Amino acid sequence: MRQMMTVARQAARELMRGWWVASYGLFFMLLAWALFAFGERPAQAVVSVLDLVLLVIPFVSIVVGVLSFYNSREFAELLLAQPVARSTVFFGQYLGLSVSLAAAFTVGLGAPFAWYGWSTRDQAGTLLVLLLAGIFLTFIFVAFAFAIAVRTENRLKALGAAIFLWLFLALVYDGLLLAVIMAFSAYPLEKPLLGLCVLNPLDVARILILLRLDVAALMGYTGAVFKQFFGSTLGLGLAGACLAAWVALPVLAGVNAYARRDF
Amino acid sequence: MSMGRWLLGLIFPLFVMLALFAPSDATAGTQPAAPQGQAQRPTLVVCPTCEVKRLVDALREAPTGGRIVVQSGLYVEGEIVVDKPVEIVGQGWPVIDGAGKNQVLTVKADDVSISGLVIRNSAKSYLADLAGLRVEAARRCVIEGNRLIDNFFGIYLAASEDCVVRDNQVYGNATSEAFSGNGIHLWNSHHITLERNYVTGHRDGLYFEFLHASAVRHNVSEKNVRYGLHTMYSADNYYQSNLLRANLAGVVLMYSKRLRVIDNRFEDNWGAACYGALLKDLDDSELADNLFFHNSVALYAEDANRNFLTKNRFYNNGFAVRIMANADSNAFSGNVFEANAFDVTTNSSTQSANSFNGNYWDDYRGYDLDHDGIGDVPFWPVRLFGLLLEEYPAAIVLLRSPFAELLDTAEEAIPVLTPRNLADEKPLIARPSWSKSRVLKNASVQ
Repeated sequence: MRQMMTVARQAARELMRGWWVASYGLFFMLLAWALFAFGERPAQAVVSVLDLVLLVIPFVSIVVGVLSFYNSREFAELLLAQPVARSTVFFGQYLGLSVSLAAAFTVGLGAPFAWYGWSTRDQAGTLLVLLLAGIFLTFIFVAFAFAIAVRTENRLKALGAAIFLWLFLALVYDGLLLAVIMAFSAYPLEKPLLGLCVLNPLDVARILILLRLDVAALMGYTGAVFKQFFGSTLGLGLAGACLAAWVALPVLAGVNAYARRDF
Repeated sequence: MSMGRWLLGLIFPLFVMLALFAPSDATAGTQPAAPQGQAQRPTLVVCPTCEVKRLVDALREAPTGGRIVVQSGLYVEGEIVVDKPVEIVGQGWPVIDGAGKNQVLTVKADDVSISGLVIRNSAKSYLADLAGLRVEAARRCVIEGNRLIDNFFGIYLAASEDCVVRDNQVYGNATSEAFSGNGIHLWNSHHITLERNYVTGHRDGLYFEFLHASAVRHNVSEKNVRYGLHTMYSADNYYQSNLLRANLAGVVLMYSKRLRVIDNRFEDNWGAACYGALLKDLDDSELADNLFFHNSVALYAEDANRNFLTKNRFYNNGFAVRIMANADSNAFSGNVFEANAFDVTTNSSTQSANSFNGNYWDDYRGYDLDHDGIGDVPFWPVRLFGLLLEEYPAAIVLLRSPFAELLDTAEEAIPVLTPRNLADEKPLIARPSWSKSRVLKNASVQ
């Protein structure tokens, strides 16, 4: 455990030395600040931030994950020559990257919200859901990146696969969802849709945040079903479990492949 | 605006003013006393310690055209019927209490004026429209500055004309739509002036059925169980500068003709099935200079024909305009669409017999080479996702999904599914300056 933390700290320090983790945080800060300053209502700022969280976080996490895995490869080989378990190195590097990205995002987004006085219970709840969703997405997509990169020697191939996966979850999946909705429009679809949405971490994040905003009133009957589900402890627990599973599965797949990999 | 509409605009307020002032002259003429002051009228004073202790006794004794001053106190007298022309004036907010057993005050004579009373606790009924203050087949009544509290219906005018209902406060305690009455209910009446009333906690704040040639101004109707202002089978009414807030729907105009709805404010009608203005079978009417702010659906039109929608501001609504394919020849011009989740949706991908011209759309990305303030390319306000929603409501789970936004972008580039003829050919480039002050201008309504 201590070894793992050392590796994680080292990986994080390596990242901090570069300029882009800081600029990633700064990017969120500037955008959120601008949205608050120029938007007329804070709720609209949140809706715009939602777009950022759903598109930018997964993309940056998965691309940076793949790139940094290859960049730190020599360092990893050096470490593995020491009496250190492979899984320790893998987890260390994974945590180092995920935590740095998540921290940059949390600070970058949290600061403008705090500055503009988001302090009431309701607002704090919305911000919390927004931050948690962002943090989960970071961990999920870095895990995807590592699971892909471990298995591929060619970094361009890995990058291609990563971008394809991002594209699938961010766009194609919702397209398939729409096709299902159109094909089965004669049936009561709310519950199957709920199941299909919970399967995609991006949809879970989007709907959890939307339900916190007053846009949820537009969602009519479907929205009411979703609200009831995600409002219950069971539903929230299930959504959380799903997000956690999306972290655990690729991490386990990654560490498994890492253990058997030929360096 | 055509000449005829201008004339209507001029003549109508005149007409209303005539209706307002003519009766007061008439009543003055019938008074036995000199018309200079009310003090010279025969006056009866009612109070718990006076000679006359009950309002019913005073009404029996009072001469026609007399004046009854009711001083503060609690009066529980069963149903009180006013059957001769008198003026009832409350001093120090006397309370007329129905004790939940019957109607409280019923007016059955012409030229009755009632002011300064607190009228409360009428009975509730599934069978009869019991009210705190009911006016039946009366002319020239004046109901001014009363407080109606916890009645089934608040003020109820039936088959009456030339009446003024002004400065009343109507508080209900309705919780369910099925077992509640309306705040101010006008039935089969004409030439009524309704102004500066406040209504809350009823079924419909203001309800009009078979109401004609009447003016409804500067009223506030909020937090009612159903609608703020509901109109059925009415014509030639004028609704101006009313505030309709946090009801299921702001105004619902059905089966009516020639209504003018000007400078009203519809806001916070927010929820799963809430509307700012719902038009069904409304013909030949005008909605202008209104502010629609934060409604789930700001304006819904079904089978509504030949209406003019001019210079309204749609700001921060879910759906700004939902117009069904059976609505025909409605003209939207000079409106401002801003920060709405959907500007226009419709349930047909081919048919639209309504015109949109010279509106401002914050989503418009065209250009203006000749600098005449009008965009050189048309704007198509119907988004593909909005159209899909009308057909597949469950698709709302994709709200704010990047895929939905991609669909809209693709459709914008190569339109195949959205109605081509639902276009604004002359979209405004800049937001008209009046639209910025609209919020402040309407704030004076309160």
